[in-house]
Formats: sequence, C-alpha cells, structure tokens
Amino acid sequence: MRITVDGTPHELDIEADMPLLWLLRDELGIHGPKYGCGIAQCGACTVHLDGLAVRSCQITAGEADGAEITTIEGLGTPEALHPVQQAWIEEQVAQCGYCQSGQIMQAASLLVLNPNPTDDEIDAAMSGNLCRCASYPRIRAAIRRAIQAEGA
Amino acid sequence: MGRLKTIARRTFLIGSAAVAGGVAFGIYAYRKPVENPLLADLPPGAATLNPYVLIDAEGVTLITPRADVGQGAVSIQTYLLAEELDVDPATIRTDFGPASGAYYNGKVAAEGMPLAAWDDGLVARTGRGAGDVIAKFLGLHLTGGSTTVPDSYDKLRAAGASARETLKEAAAQRLGVDRTALRTEDGAVIAPDGTRITYADLATEAATLDPVEAALRDPADWRWLGKPMRRTDIVAKSTGTFRYGGDLVFDGMLHATVVTNPVMGAGLTSMDTGAALAMRGVAAVLPVTDGFAVLADNTWRAMKAARAVVPVWGTATTHAATTDEMWQAHADAMTEANRDSRFADDGDVDAAPGTPLAADYRAPFLHHAPLEPANATVTYTAERTDIWTATQIPTFIRDAVAGITGQDADQVHLHNLASGGSFGHRLEDIWVRQTAEIAMQRPGTPIRMTWSREQDMAHGFLRPMALARGRGTVDAGQVRSFDLSIAAHSVGESQLGRQGLPAAGPDVAIVAAAWDAPYALPDRRVTGYRVPAGVGVSSWRSVGASHNGFFHESLMDELIHAAGADPVEERLRLIHHAPTRQVLETVADMASWDGPLGDGRGRGVAVTFAFGVPCAQVIEVSQTDAGLRLDRLWLAAEVGRVLDPVNIESQLSGGALFGLGHAIGAEITFADHRPEQSNFHDYDSLRLWQVPQVEVRALGTTGEIRGAGEPGLPAAAPALANAIFAATGTRLREMPFAKTMVFA
Repeated sequence: MRITVDGTPHELDIEADMPLLWLLRDELGIHGPKYGCGIAQCGACTVHLDGLAVRSCQITAGEADGAEITTIEGLGTPEALHPVQQAWIEEQVAQCGYCQSGQIMQAASLLVLNPNPTDDEIDAAMSGNLCRCASYPRIRAAIRRAIQAEGA
Repeated sequence: MGRLKTIARRTFLIGSAAVAGGVAFGIYAYRKPVENPLLADLPPGAATLNPYVLIDAEGVTLITPRADVGQGAVSIQTYLLAEELDVDPATIRTDFGPASGAYYNGKVAAEGMPLAAWDDGLVARTGRGAGDVIAKFLGLHLTGGSTTVPDSYDKLRAAGASARETLKEAAAQRLGVDRTALRTEDGAVIAPDGTRITYADLATEAATLDPVEAALRDPADWRWLGKPMRRTDIVAKSTGTFRYGGDLVFDGMLHATVVTNPVMGAGLTSMDTGAALAMRGVAAVLPVTDGFAVLADNTWRAMKAARAVVPVWGTATTHAATTDEMWQAHADAMTEANRDSRFADDGDVDAAPGTPLAADYRAPFLHHAPLEPANATVTYTAERTDIWTATQIPTFIRDAVAGITGQDADQVHLHNLASGGSFGHRLEDIWVRQTAEIAMQRPGTPIRMTWSREQDMAHGFLRPMALARGRGTVDAGQVRSFDLSIAAHSVGESQLGRQGLPAAGPDVAIVAAAWDAPYALPDRRVTGYRVPAGVGVSSWRSVGASHNGFFHESLMDELIHAAGADPVEERLRLIHHAPTRQVLETVADMASWDGPLGDGRGRGVAVTFAFGVPCAQVIEVSQTDAGLRLDRLWLAAEVGRVLDPVNIESQLSGGALFGLGHAIGAEITFADHRPEQSNFHDYDSLRLWQVPQVEVRALGTTGEIRGAGEPGLPAAAPALANAIFAATGTRLREMPFAKTMVFA
C-alpha cells in the first residue's frame, strides 16, 4: 500500500487490517498519535485523513491506501507551530499530555470546518476526546484563543 | 546501619506505632549526609556536586527524582533548583536520576500517621519529624501524597545554592580572588572584570572541593518562583514530540503484550499457542505469572495474536464473586472485632440530645485508568538488567526485579520516565515484573511490553469501595452530634503486602479527611472498620479522602438541613480551624452564596481538609429537559505559598473535575470474580460538554508549603450531591450518581 504521512510518501507491505495507528507508530516510527483505548472512545490517536480528523485506531491500512495523513508532528513543529499548538502552549493546557496530540488534532480540524464555533459547538466537537487529567477548562480557553488568533 | 535499616523496615507501621518507632533511631545517623548515587555511574569527564547536579562537557543536568505523572513535578523541581543555581529552566537538561535511597521522601511517611495536619502540638510535630527519620532510613524514594513540593522546597533550593557556591569557590581559587567577589548568571560564574567561566568548565575542580553550604535566597529576590511559570514540558507536549514509555525504540527490540487470568491470581493451567505462532510477525508465546506474553515485531501484531491464544485458566479465587457479596462483607465488618481506629471520640454520641438522623452512604471501587496503558521495557543479561518505565516507586521496582532475576540490586538499573497520567496507578508495578519475566526468557533482547486497554482495565488495583453509616442529632436549629462509621479494605495492608512488607497498626486512610475534619462538636466520633482483605486495593488520587469527603460532607449537609440551618453559616460555626473557615468564607463570596437562584436550580457546598490543605467548593446545577446540568464550580483552597499559580490552578481544578467525573459516572463492579468493565465505553469520566465553568482561588495567606495534586478532589462529589439536593430535593447517598439521576 502507499500512504503519504506528514508530506512524506511511503510504500508498505503490511496487512490490510492493520489499524492506521499501529502503521504510524510501529511501522513508520511516528509516535505523536497515541494508543489509549483501541475502540474510538478516547481520541488520543486522532490524525487528519485528507484534512479531516479521524480516529486512527479505527481506520485500517486498506482504507488508508492512497490517503494523505497529517499527524500532530506534521501539523506544526516546535520551531514552526500551528496556531492551535501555539494557543495550547500559551494556555498551558497539558498536564500528563498523553491525550493532547488528539485534542489538538481534533481542535484544528474543527476550526477548518467551522472557523468561528459557538461554545456549544466546541463542546460537541471535542467530547469524543477524553482527558483523564481533566484539563478541559484550559482546552476551552485554548480553542477560543486560537479562534481569536486566526481572526486577527 | 544495616541492622537499624532492617529494624526500620520490619517496623514500618502505617499507624501510630510509627511515631514510637521513629524516635528510637537517634539523630546522629539521621544527620549523616546521604551518599551521592550519581558517583556510581559517572560518565568520563562528568562531575557531580550533590545528588541533584551533574555537570559534563555539554553543560548541567538537573536531577528531578520525583515522578512526573502529569502534575508538573519535573517542571517545579527544575525551577526550585534553577532559582538558586542560576541556570535557565527552559533549556536545562533534566533526568529522573537512578533509583536511590538518597532521594528519600521525608514528608510521605507522616501521611500514614494519625496526626491531623492542623495540629501543631508537640506529639504531632515529633511524629512528623519521626516520619522524616523513618523515610531516610528506609531510603523511601517515592512520589505520592501530594508531597513533592513540600519535600523538595528546601531540599532542592539548598542543593542548587550549595552547587552554585561550590562552583564559585572553584572559580575563586582558579582566579585567586575571593568568592564573594564573584556572581553567577545563566550557567556561568562571572568575574569582577566580566570574564565568564561556564559551570561545565569549573565542574571537575568544584567536585574536588568540600560542598559549600549557602543561605537560601530571600523570596523577594526570586526570579521565577511565585510567578506564573511556563512548564518545562509544555512545548513537547503540545507538538507530539514528548516521549512516553511506549514511544521508546531500541535496536533489536521485540514488542510484547501480556494477557493474564481475568480472575486475578487464578493462574494459567495450559494454553494452545498454535494459531498465534502461525501469525505474521509473531516471535514467541511465553508464560508469565498468571498468564502469557506474546512477542512480535509490532505491538498490534502481538495484541492480535494474543487473542488467538486459547488459554485454559485456573479457577482459584481470592475474593467474593459479586459486588453485592462484597457490600455484604462491608456491612458485616462493622463490628468491634474489625474496629481499626477511633481517632476522634469526643463527648458521648450515644447520649447526645436532639432529634436523631441516620443515613448510609456508599462509594464504589474505582480504577485509576491513566490514559497511557501500563508499559515497560526491560533488557536482561546475566550481568545487568535495565528497566525503562514510568514509576512512583523506583527503589521498590529495582528490588522487585532483582528478586525476579536473582541479581543484586546494584545490577538492576531503572531509567524512570514521565507518565501519561497515574492518579496512583504508578505506585503499582505488576506489569514491570511481567516484563522482567519475559526479558529473562530472551536475554539480550529489549522487550517493550504494552498492556491492551482491556488487560489494563480488568487488572487494576482499585480505589476501595467503602460503606459509611452516619448518625447525628440536631437541636434548637443547630447540629449537635456527629457519628460516622466507615468500613473499607486497607490500602496500606494491600499495597505494602504486594511489596512483601508487613503493615501493622491502624490504617489512617480508612478514616482520612473524616476523623481529622476540623469540626468541633460536643459529641463527635469517627470509627474505622477494616474489611478483611479481598480485591487488591490501591492509593487512588486523594486515597481515603476520595470517599470520606463525600461521606462526611453529605452527612453534615443532611444534619444542617434537618436543623433548618444554612449550610455555610452552620459549617462556619462548627469549624475550629481558621484557614478552613477562610476558604469557606471565600468560596461563599465567590459564588454569591446568598444570591437568588431560579426554579430548578440549586447550589451545594462542601469543605474538606486533606493533605494539609483546606478546600471549599460550591457547585451550581440546574434541571433541564435532558437531565441535570452542572453550571458552575467555585473552589477556594489554602495551599500556603503559591509557587506556580498556573499549575496550582490546573491541579486544583483537575482534581475537582476528576472527582466529579467519577462521582457521576464511574464504578468497577464484579461478577463471577472478575471486573465487569473493560474499556472507556463502560468506565467513563467527565467529557468536555459536561464540564462546568470553573473558578479557582488559592489563598496563599499562610507560609506553609503544600501540594495541590490531591486536595482539590474530596469536596467535589459532596458539593455536587448537596447541590442536587438543593435543586431537586433528592438526596444522593451512593456514587456513581448516574445510577439514580439522569445527567444532561
């Protein structure tokens, strides 16, 4: 199968039923997306597939054949931050940080689809992403900050 | 020392006897400086000035021995050292350091003693001092009990100051000037003529000098402490570049996963591995204690093959089959024979005047369930074993693995990592032991073992379920008497037992935040009953206070309502501890407690005292067509000196919301001797749409130094239950509340 991840094309000989999450982590060594539940209940594995947020534990390699994937590591880097990452840093959202790759990817996708979401729309879009540390108030603040930064 | 250490270990009591045991050790040996564990493994060209400062050609590495489980421990330890050492916290390297008794935690032992943190009397002060002595003798390298900052505050600043002055002394001798003529800045000593000599340049000379003792800087001169700090890990954690245990890659590494008997401890009788071994990428299926491991070239392939193994499980059982039977065991344990403690017993609750009220309360088993599943990497050879894992108990793990490999403790090297959450989970180590068992069967091959979420969820050591019987009387518009009995398994007995350590004496955790709740009534009693060991139990964020806050503040609220009094006013009348009254007054003010509320809305209040921190919360709820909605949460706490206002807010808020999420929707139940929950679809906690607006205030009016990770939790559940009562008239006496109430 062929897949482009963070702008780099790859050709892989792997099982069609391998979840994209494990293709990324264990075949390509891209560790930003995290394993938390394996059943689309936590959102820690969220990446963008052709620009939209998906749970990479639920997309098989067969389904991802030919797709363009963006992970947290391709969204932005410490040297060239994405506005959502910048907002996450300024609001100091992360505690343990394990869910935050997925939270950021989900928020970035939301703002592409809906650049000016209401509070209820933010809550609805983000409720598939579990944060056991309950950093939620800062997640809300960071999304509002990113909206303002984008609008400015 | 060896014999004293043995005695100390043998008498490591979790109750009052620890106080008596502690003072026997003598002060001389206690005052001896600890050995520097960094000397044992010092790389060529590197130097170390004390157990917290390592310097090589590339610069300074700060040792931050307390585990980082998301609470920001590395960041605050870095700032405490950097403030005195004059290095840049943003760019300095840090390392957790080796497992070593030199990094003993002097504050954590006192948490197990029946000493109220508001008590400043001689016995309490002596007991706390004894806790420090015991911890040093035992080499208690442990993170827990919200003690990281209290234990590190002086220790790390002193280490930073001593290292700075010793480096200055080395520069003074080289330059032939007096040390007082020199200053330091950003990792360098600056001479009077402006010449910069880096710490790396001076390190080898400095290491030959006797360490210089230096006075600590005046807080008024602090550059970072006391102001909002940027967490040292915040950029990495916001860009996916932070590395957890499951992200480590080693040459020749095999991926592994472990499956053990769904009835913990019942063992594996036999297994059919044929189908699994035929699957792509599978290297081996190996036995481990209580189950098996699959090794493969990819974690998913190992997990998939694990499902293809056909095990025949053993059928031994160590505890009751169902949750109902366990509740019965808790009720049955409320007898004199099982009485564990009665640390509070004022007046005579049986003869107290007034109208009586009685109610029972329940709290369920809970799993820590940090989002990062348990994992470890172990490489075993006959000469040495290396372990990479995230742990709060480095020396315990080192010794446990040495026991498995048959090596000496100094042949086992633990490389501690930051954890993707813990909430007490990383005080356990069963997955590390399993990985060591696998690694021994594949000498020389790094084994990176990851539990599936299902394995993790079904093999937790749990927050104890707990049953409370409350009684009290009200008279003339006031609460007159208060009598609370609590039955639970002993966390200390269970947890120390897993480390092969005995636990004598009463378990303070069974009654924590109840017996020492700072309320004064003429007739007041709190009794703990120990339920005989069953399901393995563990320290879960705020430990006993996590259920006792709910029990105490629910019973108090019921009595206050029965008396016809105001929940804030009556508590203020009864509370004898000034800072606790102050947080309650503050939160009432923040929430406009006396302000009007519309129909179907309600406010509830609760105040708890745990880990030395009084914390008051008000929650506002409303009834909607979709169910009950949490609107607002106000929290006021007194953590003493506020070192980092950002993180203290995050920890207090996170603690409260973590408490609410479980109070509303989470429980571990048992059927057929095994947990019924398997993943986050049936063991959930708060989601963003359920989160109220949160406002936190840390008063910072006392000079104390307290931790903030746990104290935010205990008042959250009772504040919510009390708000629900105010809004609906329904009194919730059993968690999780979603069993009896629909939430929006």
